[in-house]
Amino acid sequence: MNTTQLTPLFAAVALSLALTQCGDSSKPQAAAPADAAAPVAGQSAVQDKDSKPDIPKIAVGSKDHTTLVAALKAAEYLDVVSNAGPFTVFAPTNAAFDKLPKGTVETLVKPENKDKLRNILEYHVAVSTFKPEMLRDGMSLGMANGDNIKVSNKDGKIVINDSATIIATVPASNGIVHVVDGVLLPPSK
Amino acid sequence: MKPTQHTMQFAIASALAFSSALFVTGCKPKNLVATAQTSGAAEKVYVAPGKHDEFYNIVSGGFSGNVSVYGLPSGRLFRQIPVFSQYPECGWGYTEETKPMLNTSHGQLPWDDSHHITLSVTKGQHDGRWAFVNSNNTPRVARISFKTFRTEEIIELPNSAGNHSSPFLTENTEYAVAGTRFAVPYADEGANPDVPLNTYKGNFKSTISFIKIDPQTGRMSVAFQVMLPGIDVDLARGGKGKSHDWFFFSCYNSEQAHTLLEVNASAKDKDLITCVNWKKCEEYAKAGKGRKSKTQYAHNVYDEGTHTGTSTIETEVTVLDPKELKDIVYFMPCPKSPHGCDTDPTGEYIVGSGKLAAVIPVFSFDKVQKAIADKTFDGDYEGIPVLKYEAVLHGEVKKPGLGPLHTEFDDKGFAYTSFFVSSEIVKWDPKTLQVVDRVPTYYSVGHLCVPGGPTTKPWGKYVIAYNKITKDRYLPTGPELTQSAQLIDISGDKMKILLDFPTVGEPHYAEAIPASLIEPNSTKFFKIEDNKHPQATKSEKDARVERNGNQVHVFMTAIRSHFAPDNIEGVQQGDEVYFHVTNLEQDWDVPHGFVIKGSKAAELLIMPGETQTLKWTADRVGITPFYCTDFCSALHQEMQGYLRVSPTGSTTPVKFSLGDTAAK
Repeated sequence: MNTTQLTPLFAAVALSLALTQCGDSSKPQAAAPADAAAPVAGQSAVQDKDSKPDIPKIAVGSKDHTTLVAALKAAEYLDVVSNAGPFTVFAPTNAAFDKLPKGTVETLVKPENKDKLRNILEYHVAVSTFKPEMLRDGMSLGMANGDNIKVSNKDGKIVINDSATIIATVPASNGIVHVVDGVLLPPSK
Repeated sequence: MKPTQHTMQFAIASALAFSSALFVTGCKPKNLVATAQTSGAAEKVYVAPGKHDEFYNIVSGGFSGNVSVYGLPSGRLFRQIPVFSQYPECGWGYTEETKPMLNTSHGQLPWDDSHHITLSVTKGQHDGRWAFVNSNNTPRVARISFKTFRTEEIIELPNSAGNHSSPFLTENTEYAVAGTRFAVPYADEGANPDVPLNTYKGNFKSTISFIKIDPQTGRMSVAFQVMLPGIDVDLARGGKGKSHDWFFFSCYNSEQAHTLLEVNASAKDKDLITCVNWKKCEEYAKAGKGRKSKTQYAHNVYDEGTHTGTSTIETEVTVLDPKELKDIVYFMPCPKSPHGCDTDPTGEYIVGSGKLAAVIPVFSFDKVQKAIADKTFDGDYEGIPVLKYEAVLHGEVKKPGLGPLHTEFDDKGFAYTSFFVSSEIVKWDPKTLQVVDRVPTYYSVGHLCVPGGPTTKPWGKYVIAYNKITKDRYLPTGPELTQSAQLIDISGDKMKILLDFPTVGEPHYAEAIPASLIEPNSTKFFKIEDNKHPQATKSEKDARVERNGNQVHVFMTAIRSHFAPDNIEGVQQGDEVYFHVTNLEQDWDVPHGFVIKGSKAAELLIMPGETQTLKWTADRVGITPFYCTDFCSALHQEMQGYLRVSPTGSTTPVKFSLGDTAAK
């Protein structure tokens, strides 16, 4: 046994001690920003185990979407998708991200690429709830980044931009999540 | 083993030290830090007991139908001014004098939804005279006096539905505007308004009403209406300086959808901003170029001399058609369902905020004029020219945030835009279109307000965010949570959140004005000698009860601490009893209240020198008490009386007295 092995354990103990002693564990104890009293935590930090899950809670709860969640966190967009919306989110699976050229995700989540990452994520979000039956063949949908996606219906399946197929749909309290098997890439300008 | 034990003890000690370090950094010092950090904010919002705030914040009460008056920077609520909804606290809409104020072409309405505040301006600057506010459901515009903080006038808008883009003002309060959110078929053109909903395109029209404001009295009249295609007119701002003659309206649903607008009104990449040359409209209307439309709308005026409201039904309005009058209306394309449409203090920039847009387009008034002169059109929309987007665009603020809604301006040339989806206020430079700062809001900001923000002379200092969602920000009060405002300091380079304060109803728009422009003019009481109420009782010796058929009129006075009369007999079951109560006090802050058991109205709350009337029906035989509801004096609890109700047809004579203790 040595200290290096023990440190994480003790750190965890210490952290739990600190949390307990800080008091109200039901509230997010976000640190105050340097210049004001308000917590930096936004809407995604609201403690609410009772309401129907919103989009971030669905994403965080899915083991197939860890890459998407990491990307949302890196873009600081978890608060955005916990907004009242309503949103339609096309949520690529981890496997979908894995189809991208090696290193793409790692590059995108770097702080210097935040705008690029945000643009890609916004291209997966439409403001309003589009249920599957509303996604008709040939339809064009305006996404949050200002670009449009193209919807096609092929063999009873809904395909976006001829590249990502909706493989599952999960209703959320603030919209709807369509799980897709491909990452949507905004048109290059 | 020993060394290991040592190591372990060391590790535990380190961990404890670490934990206490965490405790220190993460917890106790946080309080210290918080104290230090918040103290700066606390000092900025602290208004010592007895001291006055620097600004009045006049806030729409949303679905309360009221207007709320707050102080800034304290966030203290002073008063709710009843406007479109009955308000039992002061009897608004319940007393005989105020019932006519809620009259419409549909009859007396108990409720509406107030959205936007506009404070009167002279040369584009706050003049502290009136506030205007719209009702969104049954279209009306109200005018509130800053002398009395009361609603003095309400005018209904004909040929209108969903009066949302209202009641914004021209630069000298010449006109207030009122545009329709809901297009509807005109009922007056000889056409049958009973049309299938799927004939929206063609049958449905929108209108923009221009309400003339009398420069001395503030009295309103509908001067003319501009008829538009069936698009949803959302918000508006008047021009300033060089753009003085113009008004700009954001319009969505250029798709002309009539169902599932969430999807069907979001299809096009660009909707429209409607530019109206109101000076030209005025000329055409005066020259008789408008069509006289037969219609019905109520015009209600409260007279502080008679302390009485009257309602008149108007029957005609002048309608101007831009298809015929070619130079009064031009459309500008604006990305994705524009909501806010705001003009900067110079009058050069028009900012459109597309709810679903990824940019904020800023239009140039000079370019608009040039495009009109050069006819740089991009076709037409239902016969009205559409100016070419690129020709009128000053530039776009790129990637400013998500869900832009409204823009206000400060005293240093910066613009502040609220973003609903990304829950933030973004500060940017209208000239360079660069974002210079952003601050989060908690949560989902709608409107925002900089003191003087829509005028030619913004006062700056603060921006207030009016948030739509509060969730965990306050102590919970069941499913219905308080609405929220956030005060943000904009005096430095970085915006700083200073204070959260709750609001009444959903706060839509608000304005803030220096207290010094209003405070000295506030009425303390009404002079009894100026009281022209036909049923006023100006001295106790005139107090009396008169029967007229089955109506009984009680001419009553109130002064600390009794009513005259306080004993009334001879009322019969089924009688309609009118209590005309005059408050004889001539002193600051001594209202009296009046109510009687079984009253189906609210109380009277009578200001000094004022007369108000409660109508009450004697529904049963017996002795009925009445009392003063406002704690007026040390002997307030003694301020009471009895009314005797005898059976119908009883021979008990009408009798009234005060202080008569002789046994009968």
